[in-house]
Amino acid sequence: MDFKTILFYMLSAVMIFAAFRVITARNPVHAALFLVLAFFQASGLWLLLQAEFLAVALIVVYVGAVMVLFLFVVMMLDINIESVRRGFWNHLPLGATIGGLMVFEMFAVLSGRYFGLDAMPQQTNPVGYSNTKELGRLLFTDFAYPFELASVILLVAIIAAVVLTHRKRKDSKVMRVVDQLAVRREDRIRMVNMPSEKETAE
Amino acid sequence: MMEALLQPLQAFFGPIWPLVWTLVKIVGIMIPLLLSMAYMTLAERKVIGYMHIRLGPNRVGFWGLMQPIADGIKLLFKEIIVPTGADKWLFFLAPIFALAPALAVWAIIPFADGWVLANVDAGVLLMLAITSFGVYGVIIAGWASNSKYPFLGAMRASAQMVSYEVSMGLALICVLMVSNSLNLTDIVRVQNHGYFADHGWGLFSWNWLPLLPMFVVYLISGVAETNRAPFDVVEGESEIVAGHMVEYSGMAFALFFLAEYTNMIVVSAMVAIFFLGGWLSPVGFLQHLPLVGFAFSDGFHWLALKMAATLFFFIWIRATFPRYRYDQIMRLGWKVFVPLCLLWIFVIGVWMMSPLNIFK
Amino acid sequence: MLNNFVMPDLIPALPEIFLLAMTCVILLADLLVGKTHRSVVPLLSVSTLLFCGAITFFTADGHSVLTFSNMFVDDLLSDFLKLLTYGAVIVMLVYSRSYLKARNLDKSEFYLLVLFATLGMMVMISANHLLTIYLGVELLSLSLYALVAIDRDSARATEAAMKYFVLGALASGLLLYGMSMLYGASGTLQIDVIAREIYEGDYNHTVMLLGLVFIVAGLAFKLGVVPFHMWIPDVYEGAPTAVTLFIASAPKLAGFAIVMRLLVSGMFELAPQWQTMLLLLAVLSIGLGNLAAIAQSNIKRMLAYSAISHMGFMVLALTAGVVAGDRAYALSAYTSAMYYTIAYVLMSLASFGMILLLSRAGHEAENLDDFKGLNKRSPWFAAIMLVLMFSMAGIPFFIGFFAKFSVLTVIVAARHVGVAVFAVLFSLIGAFYYLRVVKLMYFDAPLDHAPIEATLPFRVLLSANGIAIALLGLFPQFVIVPCLVALRLSLGA
Repeated sequence: MDFKTILFYMLSAVMIFAAFRVITARNPVHAALFLVLAFFQASGLWLLLQAEFLAVALIVVYVGAVMVLFLFVVMMLDINIESVRRGFWNHLPLGATIGGLMVFEMFAVLSGRYFGLDAMPQQTNPVGYSNTKELGRLLFTDFAYPFELASVILLVAIIAAVVLTHRKRKDSKVMRVVDQLAVRREDRIRMVNMPSEKETAE
Repeated sequence: MMEALLQPLQAFFGPIWPLVWTLVKIVGIMIPLLLSMAYMTLAERKVIGYMHIRLGPNRVGFWGLMQPIADGIKLLFKEIIVPTGADKWLFFLAPIFALAPALAVWAIIPFADGWVLANVDAGVLLMLAITSFGVYGVIIAGWASNSKYPFLGAMRASAQMVSYEVSMGLALICVLMVSNSLNLTDIVRVQNHGYFADHGWGLFSWNWLPLLPMFVVYLISGVAETNRAPFDVVEGESEIVAGHMVEYSGMAFALFFLAEYTNMIVVSAMVAIFFLGGWLSPVGFLQHLPLVGFAFSDGFHWLALKMAATLFFFIWIRATFPRYRYDQIMRLGWKVFVPLCLLWIFVIGVWMMSPLNIFK
Repeated sequence: MLNNFVMPDLIPALPEIFLLAMTCVILLADLLVGKTHRSVVPLLSVSTLLFCGAITFFTADGHSVLTFSNMFVDDLLSDFLKLLTYGAVIVMLVYSRSYLKARNLDKSEFYLLVLFATLGMMVMISANHLLTIYLGVELLSLSLYALVAIDRDSARATEAAMKYFVLGALASGLLLYGMSMLYGASGTLQIDVIAREIYEGDYNHTVMLLGLVFIVAGLAFKLGVVPFHMWIPDVYEGAPTAVTLFIASAPKLAGFAIVMRLLVSGMFELAPQWQTMLLLLAVLSIGLGNLAAIAQSNIKRMLAYSAISHMGFMVLALTAGVVAGDRAYALSAYTSAMYYTIAYVLMSLASFGMILLLSRAGHEAENLDDFKGLNKRSPWFAAIMLVLMFSMAGIPFFIGFFAKFSVLTVIVAARHVGVAVFAVLFSLIGAFYYLRVVKLMYFDAPLDHAPIEATLPFRVLLSANGIAIALLGLFPQFVIVPCLVALRLSLGA
């Protein structure tokens, strides 16, 4: 067993443990943090496959941005884990049966017989191969169409988020910086020519 | 000569020699780094002091030079108090999460040509990945303290750091476009090409000039990313005391403090590498001078000088500007920097495709 | 580095490119014109779609052209379906204008999301790659989720959007999972290459079949057939009627298109396997849809269950393509499925159009009681509703009758006589709830005496829609022949 294999089993073991804790942790914040841990292990696995761009993108996007916001939502919501878990034991037999069946089916199909090293030989990369460069080249040439579509989907997501959440509050008092900067003296001060009080003869 | 000296050691450690040698190198980076972190605090207090026309620390040691040591000893002996209802595990993990990424980045920073712990090809990506983890220390600290001010501070910090990471990343895209590499060493080397560099005036061939708007964006985002004044609403003392660090004391607090200063040094190193030519000499034509010529050739001292200048700039703006309001911070990040970066990416793209392309 | 890259031919994708560019222009235009000239946006949207139609129509020829590294296909089938999609979306925009205005939902984002959804449908229709199918589905679904929730003060709409989103995400997951299996089994994502791999027998049988199961489940979810129909009634009922009208019309065309691309173009060799699955889904849908519709007092919910049964009929036609290894019936089976889809879209547009017609500010005409005595209020629109209900029930000689008839013909030809009898029986049961609406309109006293107000384009278009349903039943060849030609030229069967 060489070092890479040991590393693979280590990362996988931690990842499975973390994924398991994501669904079993009593505290939702802990669950979210275990998910972060699982992401790290997954990115380690990708590194082992020499897919450094995907590994780093996983960390930057999911760990660095998505999970941060996710963690915040979880922290802000007062999730009562007990009420969420109500009925867990009642639904367990059915859920476990279906889950077990799925695992069995997947194992039957995805095990070494069809996707093992004999069926899918390992690719050897030429010297100087850069996964990042290769991905970039493909994304902007052969896969330009789906790449653009993905960007349109993100645009729709932005529009949808704005439509569904943006409300103009009627009572909010907003300072318009542009207006403030455009203020001239004449707008604020009125020069009044007032004759000084006349001495009235007594 | 170095090889010959190391030969017996290599024979002694056998197969674990690479590990040992790497550890030695890590220690070699860490010790000066920790020292400069410590003296960074002193420098900040001194510089701000002079800007305020006062003396700053001057009691401990000559010219106050022992002050950081005294502070360190004091913090070491303080009790670490865990608030009631705090999540103990996370409470102690948080400072580590804050400091670890700040230290880990140093693995890929080249100090001079070839002086780098890990010469990673996707260095920029790795740097982004590692630094993006820094925000966890703040969030977890805020939440695990089970206290209101820390939570508010953490909330502000996460929104701010995530926002400014966007403009930092976009500014870096311009750098990547002109350098055609993700390797930090290559990014510095590329800056040694061009009309001015060929004539010894390297200063004008560095990235800061053609990418001037990105340089400014990166610099300011760097300040915001480290939660320093004037973007320090995260720990705005007049509103939420010290933000996520309110409940921390002793060494746990010191770790946050160290993380902040390390991050500053990291950002200044990044600014130097991406925009200011790293270890390159600005006035290379002087290196043929007799006696003093070596000081004007490329080398680590230039990187150190550039980092020092950037750090001085950070301190300077802290002493100068009033604190931004929270909505203003968000507006600057999303409505000014992000569009500006996108525009400049476009400009650079057009420029590189035009006959006037200088980045070849 | 770019030496072996050829710039893709953009002409086949011109409608998509134009639509996307115009949508971005509208997005910016909305920002610039401000609140005062809001009617610019719907006007621009409709004219964009009309222009897209012109581009599609004039660039259409019988050839199949692949572009964007073979991810995009432009053939007669896609051109025909796209033209119908533009038509359905335009009709929907016209019908829903006053409804939206009355409810203050007349935001420009509504039109933008509709245009993006249309783009998603076009991508689905023209997809020749599993990746583009998935992205098209997501683009459509994401826009629809937001559209369902666009009336955000309505708790019912929010709940519907939530259900739609969760179940839709599950369906996307199933579809994606199936696609990954397909990729694992065949080693490619391109649909025509998958077909070739399967034809040459150069694939992994077990993995392919498991993938097929997931893909059929995902498609069934998107089409809304039993047992993956749970979202349909809630979403149809909860969404604003204008959005329901949209969901119930054009996306069905796109759904039909991806079924054709994935199952017929991609996995025709596996037809015996997927036909069995589809047969089960179809029988269940026809049964459950018709039975559950009887119990409804809300007409949107009733139409939702009727949609389930109609989709069941459409799926039923797909099961008759290959009979005991004989492919002679394939073309007629798929033609009748396509004809059924088009007929359903026409009827669906008109029926939700009627609900929009009777609704006004502060009043949703979504209960069956709202149709009481319609004859006294407006004999003309009552007559159109009569035509509609007769057509949906499958009474001769409207379009719905002929659609059902052609499906039954191919089913009988495929020697599924038992299934055909079952379908006829349940259609008869279904006739009950359609005819109940007719009874309410003609024999009951009106509860609501408010005059029917509608803009002229709305009235004209709705009338034309009703007349089309009546006439296309008499002259079905006007729809069937293009379907036949498009399918023959595109699928090369």
